[in-house]
Amino acid sequence: MDHFAYFPQTEGDIKAMLERIGVNSLDDLYSDVPGEFMFKGEYDLPDALSETEVRSFFEDLAKKNVPLKIFAGAGAYDHYSPSVVQNIISRSEFLTAYTPYQCEISQGTLRYIFEYQSIICALTGMDVSNASMYDGPTAAAEAMMLCMASTKKKTRVLLSDGLLPHVVKTVETYAKYHGIEIGHAPVMNGQTCINCLKAELSKGDVAGVILPSINRFGIVEDHSGFGEAIHGAKALMVEYCDPSALAVVKSPAEWGADIAVGDGQPLGIPVCFGGPYVGFMAAKKDYLRKLPGRIVGQTVDREGKRSYVLTLQAREQHIRREKATSNICSNQSLMALYVTVYASLMGPEGLRKVNELSSAGAHYLYNRLLSTGKFEEVFPNKPFLKEFVLKPLVPIAELQKKLKDNGFFGALATEEGFVSFAVTEKRTPEEIDALVKVVEE
Amino acid sequence: MKYYDKLIFEFSKEGNIGYSLPRNRYSETPLLPSSVAREAPLPLPEVSEVDVVRHYTNLSQMNFGVDTGFYPLGSCTMKYNPKINEEIAAMPAWNSIHPLQDEDTVQGVLEVYYNMEKSLAAITGLSKFTFNPCAGAHGELTGLMIMKRYHELRGDSARKKIIVPDSAHGTNPASAAVCGFEVVEVKSLENGRIDVAALETLLDETVAGIMMTNPNTLGLFETEIKEIATLVHKAGGLLYYDGANMNPLMGVVRPGDMGFDIMHLNLHKTFSTPHGGGGPGSGPVGVAKHLEACLPLPHVVKGEDGKFHIEKENGTTAGKVSGFMGNFGVILRAYTYILMLGKQHLRSVGQLSVLGANYIKESLKDVYKLPIGGVCKHEFVFDGLVNDGAHDDVPGATTLDVAKRLLDFGFHAPTIYFPLLFHQAIMIEPTETESKETLDSFIEVMREIAKEAAEDPNILHEAPHNTPVRRPDETAAARNPILKYQDAI
Repeated sequence: MDHFAYFPQTEGDIKAMLERIGVNSLDDLYSDVPGEFMFKGEYDLPDALSETEVRSFFEDLAKKNVPLKIFAGAGAYDHYSPSVVQNIISRSEFLTAYTPYQCEISQGTLRYIFEYQSIICALTGMDVSNASMYDGPTAAAEAMMLCMASTKKKTRVLLSDGLLPHVVKTVETYAKYHGIEIGHAPVMNGQTCINCLKAELSKGDVAGVILPSINRFGIVEDHSGFGEAIHGAKALMVEYCDPSALAVVKSPAEWGADIAVGDGQPLGIPVCFGGPYVGFMAAKKDYLRKLPGRIVGQTVDREGKRSYVLTLQAREQHIRREKATSNICSNQSLMALYVTVYASLMGPEGLRKVNELSSAGAHYLYNRLLSTGKFEEVFPNKPFLKEFVLKPLVPIAELQKKLKDNGFFGALATEEGFVSFAVTEKRTPEEIDALVKVVEE
Repeated sequence: MKYYDKLIFEFSKEGNIGYSLPRNRYSETPLLPSSVAREAPLPLPEVSEVDVVRHYTNLSQMNFGVDTGFYPLGSCTMKYNPKINEEIAAMPAWNSIHPLQDEDTVQGVLEVYYNMEKSLAAITGLSKFTFNPCAGAHGELTGLMIMKRYHELRGDSARKKIIVPDSAHGTNPASAAVCGFEVVEVKSLENGRIDVAALETLLDETVAGIMMTNPNTLGLFETEIKEIATLVHKAGGLLYYDGANMNPLMGVVRPGDMGFDIMHLNLHKTFSTPHGGGGPGSGPVGVAKHLEACLPLPHVVKGEDGKFHIEKENGTTAGKVSGFMGNFGVILRAYTYILMLGKQHLRSVGQLSVLGANYIKESLKDVYKLPIGGVCKHEFVFDGLVNDGAHDDVPGATTLDVAKRLLDFGFHAPTIYFPLLFHQAIMIEPTETESKETLDSFIEVMREIAKEAAEDPNILHEAPHNTPVRRPDETAAARNPILKYQDAI
C-alpha cells in the first residue's frame, strides 16, 4: 500500500489491528461479500495528483471560464460580501462540525442558527423561522406541501406567473410527485392580477397561493387586498422574497402572508454558479408544528446557563418517518452562518444602503438604455429596485453576444421576448456607461 | 471549551456599522412608492466589525469539529476534510460565475460536472449522474422521482409502494412519502439482514421498488443482495441504493454490480467535503443505463465538437429538483478529493474504514453488548453496556449517559438510539482518516467509562462535567418555545 497524507496508519499499525481483529489481511475483512461483487478490474480514474499538480490543474481549468461583469439576476445577485464573512465561515470549528446532535459541544452552531432564525424573522416579520433549507426554489416547494398539510380537502396550490421560472419548475416537479395540482395566477400589466386570483380562489379547492414579493420583471408587487382574498378562501398566503430587498419593500407580514420563503443568496453569498445557496422559510406561529426542517430553541442547562438546543423534533423524519411533513434532514448551516454574519455586519442601515445604491444604478442603466433608442419601456411607472425588463428593438441573441464579447453578462431573455438586467452596488457608474456604449455601437 | 454567553443582538448600539460601501455617485436616488415600501422597523443588530469578528470567534470556540478531534458519528462519515479542497473552492474564478451564464463562458465549470460524472460512474458502476440534489435526503427524493417517472413512461401506473427495511435511515420512508409513495416496511432477521422470505411475500405488481443501504445501518453487508436484486427485478421493481454507507465499498465493491438501478452519494460523507454544521452537502444521484432518460434537468453533456453543453429540455426527464445545478462549490471540493486520491488510493478508503471499525468493535465487545457478531463494514452498533451498574435505587447508565461522558474526554459521541432495532443503540463509525493511536485512546476511554458505569453510574448520569453547558433542558425548550431573540426579551 502506498502512503497517502489522509491515511495515518503505518504498515505496522495495520498488522497490529488485523491481529486484534483476528484476520490475516485487509481482504479478509470483506469475507462476507460474495466474491462476484468484489471489483477486480481497474477503476477508470486519473492517476493521483500532488497538491501542486492539483493547483495547476484547476488554474488551467478556470481559464476556460470567461470572467464577465454581471448585469443579470433572475434569482442570483452579485452583491458585495464583506471580507469578514468569508473569514468567519472558514473557521474549521464551524466548517468541520456536523448537525449539532450533541448540544454541549455545539453551542457555537446552535447559537448562530438561533441568531439566523432571529434575522430571518426580523426581515420577514414572521414569528418563527426554521434553521434553513437547500435553496429558494426547494423552500417554495416545501411551502407548497405545508399549505396542503395545513388545510383540509384542498387539492390545488396556485403559483403566480410572476414567479421566476426556476422556482415554478421546481415547485411543479415536487407537486407532480407529491400529488398536488398546480394552478396559475396570471400576471396583468406587470403584476399578479387580484381579480384573476379571486376567480381561481372561488373554486374552493385552493390550499395556498405563492406570490412573488418582487416578480421576474423586477417589479415590486402591490399585494394590497391579497391576504383578505386568500384567507377568505381558507387558503394560505406564501410570499417568495429577496431577503436583501426586504429592508426596503413591504415585508410578508405587512402583506398579511402566512409563510415567507426565498433564497438567502443575495445576503452576501457568492453567485458561484448557483450553489451552495440557502433557502429560508418562516411562518406565523400557527404553523410552527408543521414547519419542515431543523429548529433551534433557547433553554437553560442544569446550572441555569442560557443554552440552545434542536427543538420540536417530533415534527421530523427521524421520529415520524413516513408521517413527517418533509423528508428534509439537515440544513444549509454554513450558508445560514454566511447570512447571519452578513446581516450582523450590514445592520439595518447597511442593507438600506445596498438597496439604495443598487436601485440608483438600475434606474440609471434603465434610463441610459432607453436613451439609446434600442429599447422600449414595457411597464412604465411600475416600481422596481435592482432589476428590470425592457423590450429590445434589436434581436436578443445579437444583443447578448455583443455584451458577452465585451465582457458583460446581461439581457437575459424572458418568455415574452423582453430582456432583463440587474444592477447591484458592486457595479459602478463607469461600468454602466461602458455597457451602454457597447449597446450603442 | 469555555462558556460564552452573548448573542450578536446584545452588541447592538445605534450608529455602529460593520460594512464599507461605495459613496452614492448617481445623481438620482429613486424612492419606492409608499404603497409598497416597508414601514415596519427592521430589528437587525448594529455592530462594529471588530465586535462581529470577536463574537463569532468566541462562538466557534464552543464548537467541536473534525479538526478538533475524533468524531465517530455513525452513518455520518465524519472523515478529515482536506484543506486543498477549500483552497480550490475559494478561487475567485469559480465564485464569480453566474448560474445562467452562456455555455461558452463556463466551459471550465461544465468540465468539472462532466469529469465528476465520469468519476462517480467509474466508482459506483452506474451509468450517469445528476448533481442537482443539494443533500442526501434530496438525492433520495430525486432518485424516487426518477423511479416513478420510469414506471410512468412504461405506462405502469399501478406501482405505488416502496419497500423500506425497518433498519433504514428515517429519511428513506419520509422521502418515499414526499414522493407520493406508500411505504411498506420489511423486517430484519435476527442476524440484522433483510428477511428475504418476508420480502418475497411483499413483491407484486404494486411495488415500484426497494430502498436499501448496503452495508445496512448496522454496518452489516446484506449477503443475500443477489437474491434480493433478482426477486425485485423479477417483480418489475427497481433497487435504490442509499449511498450514506458507501464509504466501506470505495474501491472494493460497486453498487451497480450488485444490481442497484439508482443511488445517491453524499459528497459530504464519502468524498470528504465539510459538513458545515449540517450543510451545504451534495447528493448526486446515479442511474443505470435504462434510467438515463429520466435524469433531472439541467444536465451537462459533451458535444461532438468537444464542447460542453447544458441539456435543458427533453420529454422524458423526471423534472427539476433545485434552483440551478446543485451545490457547485461542494462538487468542486469533491472533485479535488478524487484527483488527490486517484485510482491509486481509492481502495484504501474502503479497506481502512472497515479496518478501524472492526478494530474498535473487537476491542470493546467484552464491555459493550454486541448484538450481532462477525465482521462489520465501516460502522457497527452496540446495544448499551454489558454492566450498566444498576443496583438498589440507582438506575443503570444508559447510552445517553455514555455519550455525554465521552464529551468530558474530548471525543464527539457516536450516533445514539439509531437504528431503532435496539433500545440502547450506539453506532460507531471511525473512518479511514483516524490513526491507530486515536482509536486506541478512544477505546481506552470507552473502557474507562464502562468501568465507571459498573462502579458508580452516577458519574455518568451527571455527565458531561467539563463542557460549556451541561444537558440543557430540552423538554422546557419544546414546551415553551423561544425561537428568536425577540421572543427572549
